[in-house]
Amino acid sequence: MPAGGWRARLRNGDEVAHLMALLFGLTLALLTTLVAFELVVNSSLARHRFGWSFLTGQTWDPVADQYGAAPFIYGTVVTSAIALIVAVPLGIGAALFLAELAPRRISDALTLVIELLAAVPSVVYGLIGVAVLVPLMRQYVQPALQRVAGSIPVFTGPAYGVGYLTAGLVLAIMIVPFIVSVVREVLLAVPREQREAALALGSTRWESTARVVLPYARLGVFGAVFLALGRALGETMAVTMVIGNRPEISASLFAPGYSMAAVIANEFTEATGNLYLHALVEIGLVLFLLTMIVNAFARILIVVTTRRGTAA
Amino acid sequence: MTRVTASPPIARPRVERHATGAEAESPHPVKIATERVSLFYGGKQALHDVTLDIGSNQVTALIGPSGCGKSTYLRTLNRMNDIVPKTRIAGRVTLDGADIYAAGVDVVALRRRVGMVFQRSNPFPKSNFDNVAYGIRVNRLASSRGDLRERVEASLRRAALWDEVKDRLHESALALSGGQQQRLCIARALAVQPDVLLMDEPASALDPIATQRIEELIYELKRDYTIVIVTHNMQQAARVSDVTAFFWLGKLVEVAPTEQLFTNPREKLTDDYVTGRFG
Repeated sequence: MPAGGWRARLRNGDEVAHLMALLFGLTLALLTTLVAFELVVNSSLARHRFGWSFLTGQTWDPVADQYGAAPFIYGTVVTSAIALIVAVPLGIGAALFLAELAPRRISDALTLVIELLAAVPSVVYGLIGVAVLVPLMRQYVQPALQRVAGSIPVFTGPAYGVGYLTAGLVLAIMIVPFIVSVVREVLLAVPREQREAALALGSTRWESTARVVLPYARLGVFGAVFLALGRALGETMAVTMVIGNRPEISASLFAPGYSMAAVIANEFTEATGNLYLHALVEIGLVLFLLTMIVNAFARILIVVTTRRGTAA
Repeated sequence: MTRVTASPPIARPRVERHATGAEAESPHPVKIATERVSLFYGGKQALHDVTLDIGSNQVTALIGPSGCGKSTYLRTLNRMNDIVPKTRIAGRVTLDGADIYAAGVDVVALRRRVGMVFQRSNPFPKSNFDNVAYGIRVNRLASSRGDLRERVEASLRRAALWDEVKDRLHESALALSGGQQQRLCIARALAVQPDVLLMDEPASALDPIATQRIEELIYELKRDYTIVIVTHNMQQAARVSDVTAFFWLGKLVEVAPTEQLFTNPREKLTDDYVTGRFG
């Protein structure tokens, strides 16, 4: 066979591969656009009726056809924030132990266990929350917190067990495995020369970890945190089971609340009126945009830190 | 881990250790001595009974083919092999007469006295200033911010890098050229005021001009530091070193003043290697 034909075939193959890759890439972009489009179209009634006040309205009353999403946005943000506050130090600490201190065999075994945790369905975490965490919170943790820190308004009010704090803790338990496994990976990817340089300059093990290894890996650490935040914002089942499902904003973290994902899951099937349905879809749209913003923010953060290259 | 600053655990000796004849009066008294040092990685022996005296304020070059143990040997001198799992060492390594593998030795303080420069330049992804300041900060050497700045500048000057970076102290070290990065790593090592500088093929990744600058720097530095350099490049060993040690298969074959080792070696194996018959 002449060389030209062979080459042409290769080029054709190239073109096929190129086209297919392009097609798949476009499909992804198209899917995202389609999701956004559907959310926008199917929320039009609610958007026209309530405008921007949908975001600030605190009343959620299907009987009176009055819808405001503020309690749900508040619940999602607060529970995710609690989850991050608890899970980020815990996850990074555990990852530091696994990557820097633990003997390799123990590290691998523990990592396997932790990665199995990430595969547990969220409804199971919800059950654990209901069966274990809720009674524990009601009987011990919340009364103790109130005694110690009752002067701060977030730790006041009756201890129901269910509520923002419990939901945040369940979320924390759920996202810790993500943080641990991603942070461990990025720590292990730090070149050995960096550790050795730090040690050779008279750093202790901890100084080398805290001042060289961790800063070197900071982009990956940010990535892990935002990945975890993305999961926390969208988590539905486990939150629904322990947050209390009451559409009201309350300063106390002990109080029952609601989240965006939870209200969609709970009320979608019983949303009879068109406006009700559109209001729920609009909550979906807000959740969609919120996760987009979180991801965009993560990107910007990573780009900025990479470009600057220095973080003293 | 605690760091003792008041009384250095690796005390300077009051009496000269085993005076080896004329050595005691030589201008280069023994700084580091290894006696029958063997090192094992798991079941594999990487060093066999290496006995070698390293004189102060001169450059000792370690040469030999890849895998001969010269880098491993270098890393026993600041206990850098400690961080590699499953290593075991036998024999004695002394710095100014004190056993650095003795129980209770503060490894962190040891490494401050025995600085190291690596084969691949490995600046931290921080600014030029923060790279050099790192060791000063973790060892709390500076009394004030002004003192810190002075120490950084002095180290950069010593490493012949000051003029090139003085206007970009707060830019990322990763923006420097390879040769500049390596000199930055030297400045970083000098900033903690070591006595000894270990260099593991410091110029192997550099172009000839950058290499020449490093070699000139080594020549300058030996007035104040004891330098041990591992090199692949025999011309480099011949150019920069006062004493050369030839390693082969984990054993020290021969050590002699550099000129003698290259022109009139005692061992046939050394002769074969330096004349390029193998390796």
